[in-house]
Amino acid sequence: MSTTLPAVELHGITKRFPGVVANHDIDIEVAEGTVHAIVGENGAGKSTLMKILYGMQRPDEGTIKVAGREVSLHSPSDAIALGIGMVHQHFMLADNLTVLENVVLGAEKLHGIGVRARRRIEEISRQYGLGVEPDRLVERLGVGARQRVEILKVLYRGAKILILDEPTAVLVPHEVDELFGNLRDLKREGLTVIFISHKLDEVLSVADTITVIRRGTTVDTVRPGDVTARQLAELMVGSELPVPELRESTVTDVPVLTLGHLTVRDASGRAVVDDVSLTIHEGEILGIAGVEGNGQAELVEAIMGMLPIESGVIRLGDQDLTGMPTRRRREEGIGFIPEDRQRYGLLLDSPLWENRILGHQTRPPNVKRAWRRGGRRPGALIDRQGARRDTERIVAEYDVRTPSIDVTAGSLSGGNQQKLIVGREMSSDPKLLIAAHPTRGVDVGAQSAIWDHLRNARANGLAVLLISADLDELIGMSDTLRVILRGRLVGSADPATITPDDLGSLMTGAAEGSAA
Amino acid sequence: MIYRLMRRPWTRTLVAAVVALLFSIVITSIVLQVSGFNPPSTFQAMFDFGTDPDSIVNTVNRAATYYLSALAVAIGFRMNLFNIGVDGQYRVAAMLAAAAGGAWALPAVLHQVVIIVVAVAAGGAWAAIAAVLKVTRGVSEVISTIMLNFIGSGLIAYLLNPSRLAVQLGPNNIGTKPISHSGRMPGITYPGSELKIYSFVIIAVLCGIGFWYVINRTRFGFDLRATGLSQTAATASGVDARRMVVIAMVMSGAIAGLVGMPQLLGGSYSYSLDFPTGIGFTGIGIALLGRNNPVGIAFASLLWAFLDQSSQILDFNDIPKEIVAITQAAVLLSVVVVYEVVSRVGQRIDQRHVAAQLGEVAA
Repeated sequence: MSTTLPAVELHGITKRFPGVVANHDIDIEVAEGTVHAIVGENGAGKSTLMKILYGMQRPDEGTIKVAGREVSLHSPSDAIALGIGMVHQHFMLADNLTVLENVVLGAEKLHGIGVRARRRIEEISRQYGLGVEPDRLVERLGVGARQRVEILKVLYRGAKILILDEPTAVLVPHEVDELFGNLRDLKREGLTVIFISHKLDEVLSVADTITVIRRGTTVDTVRPGDVTARQLAELMVGSELPVPELRESTVTDVPVLTLGHLTVRDASGRAVVDDVSLTIHEGEILGIAGVEGNGQAELVEAIMGMLPIESGVIRLGDQDLTGMPTRRRREEGIGFIPEDRQRYGLLLDSPLWENRILGHQTRPPNVKRAWRRGGRRPGALIDRQGARRDTERIVAEYDVRTPSIDVTAGSLSGGNQQKLIVGREMSSDPKLLIAAHPTRGVDVGAQSAIWDHLRNARANGLAVLLISADLDELIGMSDTLRVILRGRLVGSADPATITPDDLGSLMTGAAEGSAA
Repeated sequence: MIYRLMRRPWTRTLVAAVVALLFSIVITSIVLQVSGFNPPSTFQAMFDFGTDPDSIVNTVNRAATYYLSALAVAIGFRMNLFNIGVDGQYRVAAMLAAAAGGAWALPAVLHQVVIIVVAVAAGGAWAAIAAVLKVTRGVSEVISTIMLNFIGSGLIAYLLNPSRLAVQLGPNNIGTKPISHSGRMPGITYPGSELKIYSFVIIAVLCGIGFWYVINRTRFGFDLRATGLSQTAATASGVDARRMVVIAMVMSGAIAGLVGMPQLLGGSYSYSLDFPTGIGFTGIGIALLGRNNPVGIAFASLLWAFLDQSSQILDFNDIPKEIVAITQAAVLLSVVVVYEVVSRVGQRIDQRHVAAQLGEVAA
């Protein structure tokens, strides 16, 4: 693309952590004035690589060249001096300061903190079309605007090469479009952008060159015009990509979960779940489609007994669950994959085997049985050996990649955390599984594994309530689809015939009734 | 080396504690130097005095009291419940138990058991007020327990009156009727000292073992820890948060009820105007210092008691013994900071370790 020297060259980069290798033989050339995407699964080594390029870690082998000159980076300030700037995934802004104050913070020497700094900020903002107002308080800015402030901060410090770490993870679709507009402006002005992501559609739409990283090394560098999202994903995982689909129907006529006129009101009295009735049968996956915030979360919490219901009935088989505490409902056979696994599904600071106990505190193999009452009631003691053994089983059966069951749950990657949760919730033979966004934020490999487990469990008669924002997953994995809008079930769709576009318009209420 | 050392949580705690202690010694030395005293000789004097047999007995006795207080605080802390009311709970409990023990003549063993049961029940009941307010009315336990401390002081002042539960003990002192010999706990002799170690020390140790067992080995302990680590995850797992608040608070209060017992059953036999106060607040600091861990708290209370005891010598050398309060405060502040740093480093090491192990598979 460019005849001049590459802006950044990485050759043979290898980084070992005590005893092992996190990156090896990484080769990347980033041409000046381009958007260069680096894609890879979670845990493939993208972050380590970026830390090396930003001077936060030093490579054990290999060379880094910036504008053709070999450099050695000891700290982020070395990187900044060479014109490399980083926009972190999590913003590093002080909410109670203005944009101007945030930008000059730590860079007071450049243009002072007064008129000159303001002039410079306005100049950069205009030049790159960032639309940043220096005197606004950061706490009043939306996520997209905050990100632009972060970019401006980096530019203000003289960066010519910008590293953006998963910049779209926190943005809604129209903000993503705006960001991509900004990136094109940066490119037009001759800056170089290194864009880290695992969202392939976005990468394909904005990048000039894409380097794929798999298991710590660069496997290929491609141009977006030459590949499809699917091919790119296959490069990332190194094998063929899974598709969400169900084979023959396993739906029976035995009802497992029956909701009758379920209504939940929030504190202000608004019905967040409004007169919802549905039945899920053995061997059936029922998908709920809906724009987020239309009552899905409340519906799940009501079924789990975490949220009081105003009226209606919840039945599991012929057992009336209404009014039962959460623990009893779980004991009756409900497995729960929560939407926010880190807050609701795991104790991040506890080892894996203790997380195996969570949600199953009263059931074997986690507790010793009481000696009295025929050994049927759970005893008061945790069975550490039992829990540890069963955790080993989950780790093996569900392919949770971890060095041991004694590491904390927080040190696993998102996909492995989720596989642990799925394995746990499938244990002790649940009758019903509530799966809220089961594959959100997990890598492709884990996604296919989770789908496999859902399919197998369904074949064995499990009933599943599936909630997802991924319409392909929803259509592919559901036997029945219902659409939720403002707390009401407003329609149903046949997953065999509906397209994502049609489902999308049902979800927003653009189309009325059923599209079967 | 450091890498291996930091892998285990207890070594992290130890590292944090040692660093904090060294830091506080440095701070204290600076203060001593600035005030015109010689730090090494001051420390030497404190150490010599502190290791005297009499001092050791006093240190152990004092530590037992601190230990129980810190355990009571730690139970709440383990589930993010802040029982600031241990102070009120132990004073109310000790007063009522002393009154009961003085009023009732019972055979030995039963007498002590009854006194202890009254103390546990009174401490638990006093704490239960805060628990009930929290689960029914949403009142923060921090506020309610602090207020209950004052109410407790008022209640004690009201009851400790010759027309009610008190008798005249001396020209300037009133207190509950002294417990008769059948209700006292004999001390343990320590070689080289006239003083006796309270036999309640043994009960304190048993409480520590019980605490460890309940927290680490029982379902209840799991629920308690889960609630402390993540309220949301605990709720989703089926823990009834309100029930846990009540149980944990009452347990905390029940242990708080024991705080006055070493002194009452082993030394003073009466709750009088000069009964020690403020131990509940010391307990908060010691629980923090010991990271809410029964072994850590044991060391922390011994250290605290040792500093208290060895500072007695300072007055003789014309050094204000309040210098020790500076040491204690510095330990506490620095341990909080250092532990935070150490645990962040530890987390990073964990994550790196996991990534590294998996990288090996990949590479």
